[in-house]
Amino acid sequence: MIGEFLRLLSDWRGFDTWIALTGALAAMACALPGTWLLLRRQSLLGDALSHAVLPGIVVAFLGVHWLEQSDPPPSPVAGPAAQGEMARSAAGDLSRVAGRQTVLFLGAALSGVLAALLTELIQRWGRLERSAALGVVFTSMFALGLLLIRLFADRAHIDTDCVLYGNLETTASDVLVGTGLPRGVVVNGAMLLFNGLLVLVFFKELRLATFDAELATSLGLRAGWVSLALMTVTAATVVAAFESVGAILVIAMLIVPAATARLLTDRLSLLLILAPLLAGLGAVLGHVGALTLPKMICSRVGLPDIDDASTAGMMAVSTGGLFLLAVVASPQQGVLRRLLDRLRLQVRIASEDLLGRLYRREEGSKVEGGGLRVEQQASEPRSNWIAWFARHRLLRKALIQTTASLDELTEAGRRLAQDIVRSHRLWESYMARHFDLPGDHLHATAERVEHFLDPNLQAELAAELDQPSIDPHGKSIPPVAQSEAIPKVDRL
Amino acid sequence: MFATNDLLRVLTLQDYNTRVVLLGTVMFGACGGVVGSFMLLRKKALVGDVASHAALPGIALAYLILEILAPGTGKSPPWLLAGAGAGAAGGLLCAGLLQRIRLIKEDAALGIVLSVFFGFGVVLLTIVQRLPTGSAGLNEFVFGKAAALTAGDVLSISIASGVILVVCVALFKEFSLLCFDESYAAALGWPVTRLDLLLTALVVTVTVIGMPSVGLLLVVAQLVIPPTAARFWTDRLGPMTVASGVIGAASAAAGVLVSAVVPRLAAGAVIVLAGTTAFAVSLIFGTRRGVLWHWLQQRDSHRHIGEIDLLRACFEIVEGAGGPGLRGGRQTPTGAASVSEADLATRPISREALLSTRTWSGSRLSRVLASAQRSGLVRLDSENQFHLTHEGARQAQRAARNHRLWELYLIHYADLAPSRVDRAADQIEHVLEPELIAQLESLLAQDSARVQVPVSPHEVRSAEFGARSRKNFDSHTEIETTK
Repeated sequence: MIGEFLRLLSDWRGFDTWIALTGALAAMACALPGTWLLLRRQSLLGDALSHAVLPGIVVAFLGVHWLEQSDPPPSPVAGPAAQGEMARSAAGDLSRVAGRQTVLFLGAALSGVLAALLTELIQRWGRLERSAALGVVFTSMFALGLLLIRLFADRAHIDTDCVLYGNLETTASDVLVGTGLPRGVVVNGAMLLFNGLLVLVFFKELRLATFDAELATSLGLRAGWVSLALMTVTAATVVAAFESVGAILVIAMLIVPAATARLLTDRLSLLLILAPLLAGLGAVLGHVGALTLPKMICSRVGLPDIDDASTAGMMAVSTGGLFLLAVVASPQQGVLRRLLDRLRLQVRIASEDLLGRLYRREEGSKVEGGGLRVEQQASEPRSNWIAWFARHRLLRKALIQTTASLDELTEAGRRLAQDIVRSHRLWESYMARHFDLPGDHLHATAERVEHFLDPNLQAELAAELDQPSIDPHGKSIPPVAQSEAIPKVDRL
Repeated sequence: MFATNDLLRVLTLQDYNTRVVLLGTVMFGACGGVVGSFMLLRKKALVGDVASHAALPGIALAYLILEILAPGTGKSPPWLLAGAGAGAAGGLLCAGLLQRIRLIKEDAALGIVLSVFFGFGVVLLTIVQRLPTGSAGLNEFVFGKAAALTAGDVLSISIASGVILVVCVALFKEFSLLCFDESYAAALGWPVTRLDLLLTALVVTVTVIGMPSVGLLLVVAQLVIPPTAARFWTDRLGPMTVASGVIGAASAAAGVLVSAVVPRLAAGAVIVLAGTTAFAVSLIFGTRRGVLWHWLQQRDSHRHIGEIDLLRACFEIVEGAGGPGLRGGRQTPTGAASVSEADLATRPISREALLSTRTWSGSRLSRVLASAQRSGLVRLDSENQFHLTHEGARQAQRAARNHRLWELYLIHYADLAPSRVDRAADQIEHVLEPELIAQLESLLAQDSARVQVPVSPHEVRSAEFGARSRKNFDSHTEIETTK
């Protein structure tokens, strides 16, 4: 299987590198504004913007097309063949492309800003909830864009598939004359640089306006303007990436890498570095995946003729995969980590409960001898595999010992048990004194709290209650143990 | 472009095909409006967007599985739609799980599911396109092709819509409680989680039945736009749901008819834009929250406030210019100034005096005077002097009284300095209800039968208050709106 993977990968050509690079640059350029959108809880705004720029692109495109009608060459978002020709045609290619790109940018950015403004306006005038206003605006604008494309499709060769799925696969053949670089690389690389620069220069303003808009405003920084600027930059980034990678990848790269990075770190500056890196990684992995996985999977399920699949789609999937990985395995907040923490806590509580029970047993039956039958434990209600594990751990740590199928505390175990029972009874005394609860209501809460009272809190409770020696049930409170003598049981 | 009889033929539904397509999309439009109302009020308007995007991998996977099992059978609408439903449900389930583990916020969870599922769908779609059997037709699910609906499709759409509508009617009470107070519903012991799942299932169903006609990219519009439009007409959930359904159905019908007349216009996009038009109209003309209505109301209250301020100014002018005993009214043993209604009605008031009392510009004063004249509060005599009418005099007295009662209240109970209460009272006097006035009277232990208008607790306004009261005036409107 790995052999097959490597064999398929050895087909990697020069233009594959360009494809991966274009995708990675576009993804990284998107991840930067996306991080801010995520922090502002406006992730869906990225999605909405990438739909809403469509009419702007179409109108700008038609405008450019109309202007260029005198000299023949053609459209960017056209079929691959036309692009190949175009790339090599004119000498003034660079300047024309730059001009066309500018018009497209302006159109899309205007349309993005218009969408943001309309949303704001509708939300305010109509007193609507934000997501509803957003939904109305972006679906309407997208529908308008689709309609325009349908109406003028024959005149401008824009097609809807390309808008959605991009044409990353043909990106390498669309070379800018004079640079030798594919156009997608130049455009997206420029956008990445621009965004990076903006983040560096306006880091302080963005941070302030994102985390505390009121404070920002009171300090004289117009939070509204910052958010509008962010919108504009996002729209520009979206349109730069749009052409080469399509709308889906744009939406994915705005949100997913930022969310992934957010799971890995709590620090803003680190987040802004991690998010683009993850986006780039996701894009490269995506292209590798697009070259190998479809073939490997399809040939196994009886579809032998499939060689590859949409790279943009695969890039979205692979960033999704990275996100899933982070959800499961993030060192601080991952699901695994949380499960492990919970398990540890449960084992500790089960151990301490067992120690406490043995101690009480010893205490109550000085005459008949302490100890708890092993089989008797198994029949108790809280017995489960955690309790079983806890018992074995205590045995291994020599805190309890078994003699003649009776569990008994060892000397070290007794010190620990004493500490736990002391916590329990101190808490009962405290509850009885200050909360005025009847005697039969004390045990349950103390049973929970006993595991979380550290020596300082114990000392405070004892002082508060004038160093009591008897708890409300008339049982004696064990004296404080030497703290260094208490063995640690927290470590698994 | 097209002949008139073509138009007529379409509009009178003489084509069998048009009738079929119309029925299918209208049923979908109505369902989208009804289910969308609940989603809007639950603040989950965009969940439908996630459902529809997440349906793509389901569709493509269903196609691929059918092709693998039996080549050539891929394009079987029932199975593809089942796949769409499964994909949408899977996507929403993932979003729910992501939120459940509380690692990321709701919007991010929705966005991630949307883009990753859609990306996966595109991957599968390209694979489908590279199959030797070809893939004609899957794109119709993405962009929609209403004209291609068959009678069979429409039959299943109608059955599904019927079920959706029946469920919504039968569980209307439960869903409304879920919308407005979920925790209360839970406290009453209702199966909130199951109701929530059911509502989600309805959203998924609506998305699926809309996909063939509108396309999955725009399905969400039918879930969002009609309810938001309906929201402008009513505050009650029942009528809103009905209105939303009607708007959804009407925009669907409009879209289908337009695209039947002009085939270049895709029905899906036109349906959405028809809905947008309905939304724009509602936003402006809606009787409950419409912008125009709101503006008219504000203008009315603005004018009313202007009139009251004018009357009080007249009162203060007459009081200030009155004979001996009036100016120093504070010394009268009853503590009350005695500007009688007759006084008020007989004394002429000049524009200049009014201008110096309030900081109105000349044109603003003219407007206020004109509106007061129309309301019969003020009349103009032959020498171009203003007089209060009897009604005007009565209201002037009441206005001054309300104002001063509030001032006294602030001085006694809020411990404000007399020089500061004028502004506060200026803001509140317009919203004092009769009951509140009665309470004020009893609080201040005034003999309301004897005391008509208490003396102003501070020096009555002179020109120097100007800049301040200008500001006050602006704040009136805010009070009115919040009220």
